[in-house]
This record gives sequence, C-alpha cells and structure tokens, in this order.
Amino acid sequence: MITLETLVPATGMFSYAWLMIAVPAVVAAFLLIGGRILDRVGHWLAVGAVLVSFSLASCLFAHQLLAGPEARAVTVPLFDWITTGMWKVQAGLLVDQLSILFALLITGVGSLIHIYSVGYMAHDERRRRFFAYLNLFIAAMLILVLADNYLVLFVGWEGVGLASYLLIGFWQHKPSAAAAAKKAFVMNRVGDLGMTMAVMSMLALFGSSAFVAVNEGAAKLDPFWSTTMGLLLLLGACGKSAQVPLQAWLLDAMEGPTPVSALIHAATMVTAGVYLVVRSHAIFEMSAAATTAVVLVGTVTLLVGAWIGTSKDDIKKVLAGSTMSQIGYMMLAAGLGPVGYAFAIFHLLTHGFFKANMFLGAGSVMHAMDDDVNMRHYGALWNVTRVTFWTFAMGYLAIIGIPPLAGYFSKDHIIEAAFEVSTVAGVAALLGAGVTAFYMTRLMLMTFFGEKRWRDGVHPHESPKVMTVPLVILAFFSVVAGVVMNGWIQEWLEPATGAHAHEVEWLPTPIGWLTMLLVAAGVGLAWWLFGTKPVPDTAPASRNPITIAGRNDLFGDAINDALVVQPTLVLARGLVANDSRVLDVGADGIGTVFSGLSARTRRLQTGQVRAYALTMTIGVLLVGAVLILTQLG
Amino acid sequence: MTITAPTFEWLQLSPVLVVLLAACVGILIEALVPRVWRFLAQVVLFELSILAAFMLLVLSWSQPRNSLGLMAMGAISLDGPSYLMWASLLVFGLLSLLVFAERDLGNGVTAFAASAASVPGSPAEAEATTARHEHTEVFPLALFSLAGMMVFVAANDLITAFIALEVMSLPLYLLSGMARRRRLLSQEAALKYFLLGALSSAFFLFGVALVYGFSGSFELGAINDAIANPVYGRGLLYTGMAFLAIGLLFKIGAVPFHNWVPDVYVGAPTPVTGFMAICTKLAAVGATVRVFYVALGAERWSWQPLLAVVAVLTMALGVVVALTQTDIKRLLAYSSISHAGFILVAVVGATAGAQGRVNSFGSIVFYLIAYGFATVAAFAIVTMVRDSTGEAHAISSWAGLGRKNPLLAGIFALLMLSFAGIPLTGGFIGKWAVFSAAWQGGYSWLVIAAVAASLVAAYVYLRVIVLMFFSEPVAGVAVGRASGLTWVPVALGAALSAYLGLFPGPLLDLVTSASTFLR
Repeated sequence: MITLETLVPATGMFSYAWLMIAVPAVVAAFLLIGGRILDRVGHWLAVGAVLVSFSLASCLFAHQLLAGPEARAVTVPLFDWITTGMWKVQAGLLVDQLSILFALLITGVGSLIHIYSVGYMAHDERRRRFFAYLNLFIAAMLILVLADNYLVLFVGWEGVGLASYLLIGFWQHKPSAAAAAKKAFVMNRVGDLGMTMAVMSMLALFGSSAFVAVNEGAAKLDPFWSTTMGLLLLLGACGKSAQVPLQAWLLDAMEGPTPVSALIHAATMVTAGVYLVVRSHAIFEMSAAATTAVVLVGTVTLLVGAWIGTSKDDIKKVLAGSTMSQIGYMMLAAGLGPVGYAFAIFHLLTHGFFKANMFLGAGSVMHAMDDDVNMRHYGALWNVTRVTFWTFAMGYLAIIGIPPLAGYFSKDHIIEAAFEVSTVAGVAALLGAGVTAFYMTRLMLMTFFGEKRWRDGVHPHESPKVMTVPLVILAFFSVVAGVVMNGWIQEWLEPATGAHAHEVEWLPTPIGWLTMLLVAAGVGLAWWLFGTKPVPDTAPASRNPITIAGRNDLFGDAINDALVVQPTLVLARGLVANDSRVLDVGADGIGTVFSGLSARTRRLQTGQVRAYALTMTIGVLLVGAVLILTQLG
Repeated sequence: MTITAPTFEWLQLSPVLVVLLAACVGILIEALVPRVWRFLAQVVLFELSILAAFMLLVLSWSQPRNSLGLMAMGAISLDGPSYLMWASLLVFGLLSLLVFAERDLGNGVTAFAASAASVPGSPAEAEATTARHEHTEVFPLALFSLAGMMVFVAANDLITAFIALEVMSLPLYLLSGMARRRRLLSQEAALKYFLLGALSSAFFLFGVALVYGFSGSFELGAINDAIANPVYGRGLLYTGMAFLAIGLLFKIGAVPFHNWVPDVYVGAPTPVTGFMAICTKLAAVGATVRVFYVALGAERWSWQPLLAVVAVLTMALGVVVALTQTDIKRLLAYSSISHAGFILVAVVGATAGAQGRVNSFGSIVFYLIAYGFATVAAFAIVTMVRDSTGEAHAISSWAGLGRKNPLLAGIFALLMLSFAGIPLTGGFIGKWAVFSAAWQGGYSWLVIAAVAASLVAAYVYLRVIVLMFFSEPVAGVAVGRASGLTWVPVALGAALSAYLGLFPGPLLDLVTSASTFLR
C-alpha cells in the first residue's frame, strides 16, 4: 500500500524557499567572477551564505513543526522550465518532512565545515576558489534534495558531481588528485547513465517526471517497468553513493582537502543515493526484484567497506571505507521496505554528524602532523591534541554503537529490521558492526595511543579555535542526536515515506545485546592486536589473503580494469584503426573524386561568350527533351 | 461610346511609385545639384525613399480592407506573396545600397569608376581619377532596377512581366561595367551579361508570344483557364512554357543557363554583385513561382520533372565547381548558383501545405530571406578585406584572417555556416523548410539528392573557415576601416542569420500565412 503525501501550495515563508539555493549559488558565482579583490573576504562571504541558508531551513523546519502533519509538505512552483511540444516540465521545490531534514543536515553541517575550512585552508592561496566551489556544492545539493521533480533533481545530481570533481581535484598540481577527480567523474557517469535512463522512462511512461505524477503512475506500473526503473535508479544511487560495484572512486576521492571529504564524501553527497531510493519508494515497492537488489547491494557494500577499513594505514582511507560501509547500512535499510525507510534516514543523519566529526578530527590530526596521513607515523596524540582527541572519541563511540550515543540507536534499528526481513542480511549487518568496532578501535589506538612514532621535525599542536569549535559542536550532536530523534523521526517521516510507524525500543533487545557483544569482541581483538604490542613502522608483509585483499581495496581497480577499461581500450584502438584504414581512405577517395570532377567541370567556364550562348542553346534542347520525355512517360 | 477612366490604387501601389519617383528625382539631382552635393543628396534620397516605401507598404498591408486584390486594371496582382517579396526587396535593396555608398574603404571614393565612359588607361580616365570624380548615377540606376524587380514579382500579365524584366535588367548591365579597379574585366562582364541577357529575354518574349497564341491572353489567370479548357493543341503551350522557363531560369542563375553568373559576379563592382546576388535572385524566383504556380499551375505535371532535372543539375554543378575555386567572389557566385538549385527544389514541391506545416512558397521566401541576410553581409565583408591593389579576392590571401580580425572573421564564419545550412543558423531552417516542402510534394528522391549536395557544399564553406582560422596569416592583406555604411549590413546580416536559426517561428508563421496567390 502506497500512501501519498498531501501537498499544500507554498505561502508566506515557504515561497522564499528558493533563496536557500539562490544565496549560495550567487555567492559562488560572485566569488569565481570577482577575482583577487575578494581574496581577503571571500571565505567569510561563503560562510555567511551557508548560514543564511541554514537560518532559512531552520525557520521552515520550525514552521513545519508548528503546523499540523497535513500542512507540512509544501510545494513551491518556480517557473516553466521546458515547454516544447507535448512536454511541459515545471521547475519547483518540494519542502516536506524528508527534504527539510536533508536541508538542515546539508546547511547545518555545511556551515560548520565552512567555518572549519576557514582555519584549515588558511594558508592555501586559492582559498577563495575553494569556498566558491563549496558554496556551489551547497547550492547543487539543495537543488537535489529540494526538487519536486526528477528532472530538476537531476540538475542538482549533476551539480554535486561537478562540485565533487572540482574539489577532489582541488590540488590539481598533484597528479594523484587530478587522476582521482577524473576517476570519480567517470565512475559517476556510469551511475548518471542509469539515472538519465530512469528519468527518460518516467517521461515516456508517465508523461512527467514530477514526484506526484511518478508516485501516482507507479501504482499502475507493470512488473517489467517497475523492476527496470528500480534497477536504473539503483544504478544511479550506486554511482553517487559509492556502492558496489561502483565503489572504487570513493577511496581515491580522499585526495581532496579534508573538509571536502567530510562534507561531500561522508556527510552529504554520498548519501544522495539513499535519498533517491527512499524518495522513489513508490517505484521500489512495486518490484520485489528491485528491492532485493537494493538489499544485496547494501549488504555487500557494508561488508566490503568494513573489510577495506580494517587494513588501511591511511587515516582518511579507513574513514572512507567506513563511510562506504555505513552507507551500505543505509542502503540495506532502504531496501527493507516500509519498515526501513525511516531508519535509513535516521542513520544517515546520525552518520552525517559523527562521520563529519571524525573526518574533521582527522583533518585536525593531519594539521598537527604536517599533512601526514599515515597512522603508523602517529601515536600518543591524545595528550597533545586534547580537544581533537575527545571529540574524535565521541564520534568513535557513536559509530561503534555504544548506548546512548547516536550510532547505537540508528544502527541497532537497522540490524533488527534486517533480521525481520532476511536472516542473511541480519547476520551480515551484525557481523559488520563487529568489524566496524575492530577497525575504528585500531584507528583510535594507532592515532592517539601507544608510542610516539612521529617523523623528525614534526611538532604536533592543537588546531586553532576556528577548527575546534565545529568539532565540539559536531561531537555534541554525535552524542545526543540518537536520543533526540529516536522516538520522533518515524512518526515525522511517515507521510513522506508512506511507512507506518513501528514502535522502537529504548532499551537493548536480545539482538541489541548480541550486537554489543560482537562490538566488544571487535574492540577486544583490536586492543589485543594493536594496543598491547608496538606498531611497526611499515606495514608488515602479509600472506594472509584477507589482509592482501583489504589493502588492495578488494581488487576493485583491478576488476574495473579487466572488465571495463581494457575491453574499452581494445574497442577504441579498433575504432581508430578502422577510422584511419577504412573510413579515412574512403572519405579521402570521395574527396579526390569530387575535386577531380570539379577541376574538369570548371573548364566548361571558358570565359568566351559564344561558348556560353552555345551552352544556353544546348540547355534549350535539354528543356525540350525533358518536356517531350515527360509527355511520353 | 463612353470611356471609363482607368482606376489606379494609389496607396496600395505607392511603394513602387515612391521608388520610381525617387529614381527620377535622382536623375534630376544629377542634372541640377552641384557636384559636391550630389553624393550626399543621392544617399539621403535613396535611404529616405526606400524607408518611406517600406512604411507605405506596411501601412497598405495592414489596412483591414482593400489591401489585397488585382491592382492597376489587373496588371499587378497584390497578394501576400507580392507584399512579402516587396518587403524583402526593400530591406535587401536598402542594405546593399548602403554598401554602394561606402567611401572610407577606397580612400574617400566609392567602388565605382571615376569616369565610366573613358577608355581604361586613357588620359581622360586619369584626369577623372585625379579630380576624384564619382558616378553618383549608380544610385538612381539601382533604384530603377529595384522598381523593376518589384513590378516583376507582382506582375499579373506576361507583358507587364516582360517590361519589368527589362526595367530591372538594363540598369544592372550598366552597373556591372562600372568598377573602379580591374575595369576591363568589369566591362567584359557587363558586355557578356548584356548579350546573354538579351538572348534570354528573346526566349522569354518568344515564350510570351507562344503562350498568347495558345491561350489568347497575357493574363496569368486567363492562361490557367485556357489550360483547363484548351482551344488549340498543347504544342504551342509546351513550347511557350519551355521558352518562358528558359528566360526565368536564366535570371535565377540555374544550370544550364548559369554561365553568366561567375563572370558577372567577379567582374562587377562588389557592392553591385551583392545587390544582384540577393535582389535579382529574389525577383527572379518570385516571378518564376508566380508564373508557374498561377498561370501554369494546371500543367504542373509537365513542368515539375523539368524543374526537378534543372534543380539537380544546378545544385550539383554549383557545389562541385565551387570546390576548386580560388577566388572568393567566384566561390560566392557558385554558391549562389547552388542556392538557386535548393530553392528550385521547393518550387518543384509545389505544395499548398497542410495545416501548421510550411508550404512551398513560404519555405522559398524563408530560404531567400535567410540567404539574403547571409549574402548581403558576405559581400560587404568581401569589400573590406583588402591589399594594396584593392579588394583581395584570392581565397589564399584570406588565410589567417581570424588572427588579424577575429570579429570579422567570426562573422564571416557564421555566414559560411548559414550558407552550409548548419543548425542554429537561418540557413539550416531554410534548407529544412524547402526540403520538407518538396518532401510533402512527393519529391523524396529530389530531397535526397539535395541533402547529398548540401553535404558537398559544407566542405566548400568549411574550407574557407579552416583557412581563416587555422592557417598562417598572409602579409599585406588587412581589413580596411569601413564606416557604418558597410558595418550596418554586416552586423545586421550576421545577427539575423543567427536569430533566424534560433527563433525561426515568427518569420515562418508570417511567410506561411501570407503565401496565397491571387489569380
């Protein structure tokens, strides 16, 4: 049963919702066009723009809280975008229970990360450009989540892809960063292809890509089309959210500045796939095959990500693997159907807080260690960078799921829901929780405890206030977000996700106790392996296939190379050969024939008027001949 | 016996009258105004008169009643096509006459001979050149020609058409021979044009006589009736039709009656070439369509194959010979021949057009307008690219123009793209319209041939673009400093070429709605 939202047209405050998008977009353009004059103030302009968006989002949220449930989903029509033939696409915004949570996350965490970046990028000479891109990202991401229409959503979808590309490759002087940006862009194109085809099928089948029309039409879809459309959307989601099989770009994306990793590649953009699946629930609910595929992708990714996380020495890559894994949890929840939607969004929000917190913490550590990312060169930092340590610890406790921190509630619900639907998925989710505890404990131990393994000339120091204050705020939310939202979010999201509220527990259930047991085991194992023995300065050679596979990202690049890159190169070489040996020869031949013909024909133009008169006379004969032939024929 | 006074619709016919009157006043200016003032007086006169004619045209057309009908005792048929053609002729006439008046490029004198009557190289010529004399008669001559063209496209009987044909042609023969530089070439071109033009006029007149013999009337409508109820055998009609076609196709520049085009376009002063390339073509096509659709419409099964064969020959020869041209004016001449072929494709189609679709005449007028804007600007640009001896006509000397003057080279590239029919230019919409008209008329094979020809044509135009932008600049060739008189046609031509490609809707609607001929 699909329940549809009741939408009300925008009035008052809501008719200005577009300003949330316009302000950062205009500031981004201003910063990019403005040039060097803005170098000194540009970053504060950008911070201001996000704060404006955040205030607007907060006001709208407050309005919604005060209004009754029937008046919370608001449409804001903007303009006729495409009017051609039978197509009429209206660009508009949809501010409902789901999108406002995203808007708050994007602008809230976005504001903190903007402020943090003021300190983090202080010595970068291209700081103004960096902030312009960040604002561009905020604007595009808001278009993505606030769109009332898949085609408008796609604009935001591509916009965040562009911003991600620009920011991953921000340090373009590093070949590795340029390559990573390119890789992210190309792999995202694969997902975008699915997205494009999904939107095209919507236009073809429903004559519109508006959420309202698609939700209505989905109920009448035949199984073939609902499965096709679901799988296409899932392909798009996999690309954007770095889910297997399109996961390989996210680890490389860590080449970007750390605030970018925190904002785009942990808290917001990579969760767009989860948003897409939840938003398209009407389509997924019509196809068991498509939802099974979502569960499968989520389960596989949560294990793959965790596995990669266990064997990396680069602090950001551990966190990246962890991000993949946690998004896998969300995807899994989204694939579970009505029981899971709210939990997927719940985990998405808590993850947004604690993962942004830990990424920024990692940035702060790197700041202290002269941008070294190798955890084997860290150690004993807890006493030196105390604020970073304590805030990071809150994120750590939250992600491994220690009650009553944020991650405990959100992850535990997903594991329980998974058991309700499929034992296999439930066991995998449970196992993932144990592995998460293992690799996060390893990270904590290698970074903050043990011996000092600092390189010569590195003098760690705590980061400035502009960086630590956002950390403290995010740590606070990592602690309380779970308790605050646990009893509320399901009911709040019910109209938007069409799911029925389902009583949640406050105290651990038997599965909850089991989870905690596994978490404890993971922590203990990590302590035994990394806490009791000194950490070697280089990664010890290992013949353990699990370790080797983890260190090589489960051979994701090798698989892509063998399955896609090499065949494509062979095809491309074949086409080039065909071009130069067959087509060019043919085309040149045609050209030669025509110029030969031309050279002969132009000789008829002798310049002598008697010849011209003769030609005309021949023309007269020709005219006569044609006329006679016509009469005969 | 009572004699009724002939009626004459003054307002409706005023556009032609104003132009004719201005031409006569121009002659008086030559006789009465001192030499120093003549140039200014002529320029002001042609500008004002053409603008006035245009305004009167709009006024007459927008009248709720009496704007359409047979005028001047049935000699002129004033219908939608006439208005469209008149408006186009006036606009393009004004734009090309502006280039006539350009003096900045030639060190303060126009592109016309100081003394056209003196023998080239003679002391008389040298004297006139030193005295900086100019032939300001070119303006009234062009106005006479323009008036002839306007009557030609609206003529409702064959005698009026013939008179108009001569009124339009005679001044052109003179103008062609009046180049300031390369005078021998210019005079040779004029003589060729005159001889061949006389030959074609003879054919036309003979055709008029034969068709009169068949139908007993000069009136187009009456000829059509006679075809429906013939009194005599059809031999007279077919022979007459063939001869009429020859006379008209000669003016259009269709193969095999095209020989004069390259030589005359190259020899004539470039401003005159521009005028001929647009206005003569407009007038000739307009009259051809009227004669064939109105007078011979009932006989279309016999002339459609004829025109189809001519169209294929014209397109093919135009584009193929253009491939190896080395002179920019000659290239544009062959280009103009091939465009005549594309237009004939739509003439052959001869469709009234379904609701909401563009019909034959509408597509022809759109094509002519798109072609006209590109042509007026292209020839104006040819006058601007110069070396020490005057205009640099060798295509090789245009190499690297993109670096010397990116704006002008960019505009020329846009015009080339429009000629080639690349999307987002007016030329593309024009080609699309004429092809779709022919397709609806059942001539799909002709459309395929036309598409093939436009493929080859693309090479011709792209070659020029490649040369301008991807070759080393040639020393000694530069873009002259022209006044607004040249820049206005260039800018307007370029802007409209782009505009008609982006927003063809309004003009397409206008030409489609105003395409019903009166009989």
